[in-house]
Amino acid sequence: MESRELVIVGAGPAGMAAALSAYRKGIKDILLLERDQYLGGILNQCIHPGFGLHHFKEDLTGPEYADRFIKEIEGIKGIEVSLKSFVVHLTGNKVLTYLKPGKLAEVKAKALIMATGCRERTREMVHIPGTRPAGIYPAGLAQKMINIEGWLPGKEVVIVGSGDIGLIMARRFTLEGARVKAVVEIQKESRGLIRNVAQCIEDFEIPLYFLHRILRIYGQDRVEKVTVENIETKESFDITCDTVLISVGLIPENDLVEMAGVELDKATNCPRSVEPIPGIFICGNAYKVYDLVDWVTRDSEKAGKMAAEYIKGLK
Amino acid sequence: MPLPRPSPYDVLIIGGGVTGAAIARELSRYRLKIALLEKEEELAFGVSKSNSGIIHPGTQNPPDSLKGKLCVQGNILTRRLAKELGVDFREVGELIVIFKDDEMPELLKIKKEAEELGVPRLEIVDGKWLTINEPNLNKEALAALYAPTAGIISPYRLVYDLSENAQNNGVEIFLSHRVTGILRKTGTYEVQTDKIPFKSRFVINAAGLFADEVSRLVGGDDYTIKPRKGEEYLLDKKLENITRHLLFPLPSPTSKGILVIKTADGNPMIGPTAEDFDNKGDTATSDAGLNKVLENAQKLVPSISGRDIIAYFAGLRPVAGNDFIIRHLDKSPGFIDVAGIQSPGLTAAPAIALMVADLLKRNGLELKKKLFFKKHRRPSVHLFAIPFEKTRKLIKKDPAYGEIVCRCEMVSAKEVRDAIKRGAHTLDGIKFRTRAQAGRCHGGFCTTRVMKIMAEELKLKTTEITKRGKGSEIVKDSRDGK
Repeated sequence: MESRELVIVGAGPAGMAAALSAYRKGIKDILLLERDQYLGGILNQCIHPGFGLHHFKEDLTGPEYADRFIKEIEGIKGIEVSLKSFVVHLTGNKVLTYLKPGKLAEVKAKALIMATGCRERTREMVHIPGTRPAGIYPAGLAQKMINIEGWLPGKEVVIVGSGDIGLIMARRFTLEGARVKAVVEIQKESRGLIRNVAQCIEDFEIPLYFLHRILRIYGQDRVEKVTVENIETKESFDITCDTVLISVGLIPENDLVEMAGVELDKATNCPRSVEPIPGIFICGNAYKVYDLVDWVTRDSEKAGKMAAEYIKGLK
Repeated sequence: MPLPRPSPYDVLIIGGGVTGAAIARELSRYRLKIALLEKEEELAFGVSKSNSGIIHPGTQNPPDSLKGKLCVQGNILTRRLAKELGVDFREVGELIVIFKDDEMPELLKIKKEAEELGVPRLEIVDGKWLTINEPNLNKEALAALYAPTAGIISPYRLVYDLSENAQNNGVEIFLSHRVTGILRKTGTYEVQTDKIPFKSRFVINAAGLFADEVSRLVGGDDYTIKPRKGEEYLLDKKLENITRHLLFPLPSPTSKGILVIKTADGNPMIGPTAEDFDNKGDTATSDAGLNKVLENAQKLVPSISGRDIIAYFAGLRPVAGNDFIIRHLDKSPGFIDVAGIQSPGLTAAPAIALMVADLLKRNGLELKKKLFFKKHRRPSVHLFAIPFEKTRKLIKKDPAYGEIVCRCEMVSAKEVRDAIKRGAHTLDGIKFRTRAQAGRCHGGFCTTRVMKIMAEELKLKTTEITKRGKGSEIVKDSRDGK
């Protein structure tokens, strides 16, 4: 079995910042595992601006923000990057099993940083009744289809939830020539950033319904319409559409640390501390869901430093 | 797809669910020319896809019923079939649980009726046994009927494996062929479809929800199929071991009640509801259904919460009275009805197939065994079901086993490519065969990856890729140049 000083799972903003920070603190044997075919994680599909205002004091797009870290990592010999590498098992004593094309490998780490990010909450988790046709997508998947693949998932869109991804996708679909017929939010205000409400919804005059919910989805093969209900008055109305985007929050992806024996908060899926097992650190959106990538970078640098100190303490 | 032959088939099967597939596979032992028609884009897209996957022991059936007899037989036959085809069957046992003293007579009646049908090894177990052997069961449970021969299987993978094996033995399968009319000419049927007509000496009607409409085409007008909707809710795989057995309450007049069961895929399932509807296309779920399922499931296992639900769907049982209708339709010689195959149809399917073979024989079809019948099938690989050491060897043989496309269910690019080679050509078809998109993230991660493999293997444009056939295209427009 291979052994490493530090293994980092996930090379989005959190994993990259943690790797660089640990390296700067003297750790020169780092394995950075990324399941995708490129570094940068979700930043690659976030082509809108607004990243880096705090960390770089500049207004960058997601790919630009990621690129600054990618360039630096690529120039460092002590950080080995392994792409298309998918961790399938983790034990409490820091043995990881991962698959990549052509290889199943096990690696034992002195310290481990889990920077595994989030997954999106789904239609199923908010229990929207109705049929199950094509055209119902998590907003982040739709973002990937448009910005990475060049596919337009739909032309008449209703968005469930007014978190940041939902708001940004309302603008994105509009710019692509689709019609966003409604953003439906069950709360009385948006959970997203104020600037996103202004720039993505108000500027494009997209109807935003607070205190409303989707009562039912219709359509056999493809989405045909939704019924929307005012949760206070119980009045309802139909909107015809071919697509429903689900943007109802994120869940930290902590299935691996859970496998290693870490107990998670049942409601949020978050760990109870940054270092739930000595030498296993959790950072970025896997630790808690952040508003801004700048704070992910800041806190992940701290995690990198903590891991470096932990490794030095072992010697 | 093959071109239909101009000379008549010996047997034409209408319907590609588990019943049709089991009949096709059974008849493929004999020297017969057989065709199977399915109206949907892929097999198992009708009633069978929403089956709960229980291989019933034979309990909860009237002792003089056909379905009871075929269920008990089918439970035995399924085991051999699963081995031959390489399908994952697991015997887990079931418990029919009671909570009050006055329910005991009913439980004893179920036991007695099942024993009359020949269900083996039944036992009444008490509260103490239950505490030890089913620790998450409601502590108020008083006793249960234990049927150790109950098992689980993947209903759609069973259909795909049966039909693949039937095809390897010469059965021709025609997808997206909807039957529109049946004519009888000089001892031969002409079955018209929305595409091309087929000629056949014998016709088997295994058309599920639409069996009554098919039967009516040849004058069979003595039954109607009523859809009975069942909403099912799947729980996160993390709870795979929340129960050790399949848990049943006492049955109601229309259904076996709301269950807490294990599935072949690992996700526990709670449900189904049982409501009669008129619309054969209504597979919507409802708030009321969810509440009912959750409330009743919690009576059996109190720790289940709404938060554990990762998926849900509704299926329709094809109900024609209280029993199966399996018969030669004498007023239309050579036409066989296999209708009203609701629960326990999945279990009974191999026994139904034997019964149909016998009906054909008794009505003039000569059944001569082939010299070489390929009873085995090369099993599909599922990384999630094998130990890492085996995965390591597979990756050495083919690197694509190491390329994971579905994060929740650990499905590799190689498995997706294999599923396509074995006939999958829609996203649902790939999901049912491989589990990709069936996990807790619901395809958030793998949808684009699977679509790219489909585009490559099936030479499809992105805009041509569908969820389950024409009309269910995933994207509306594409600028990827493909």
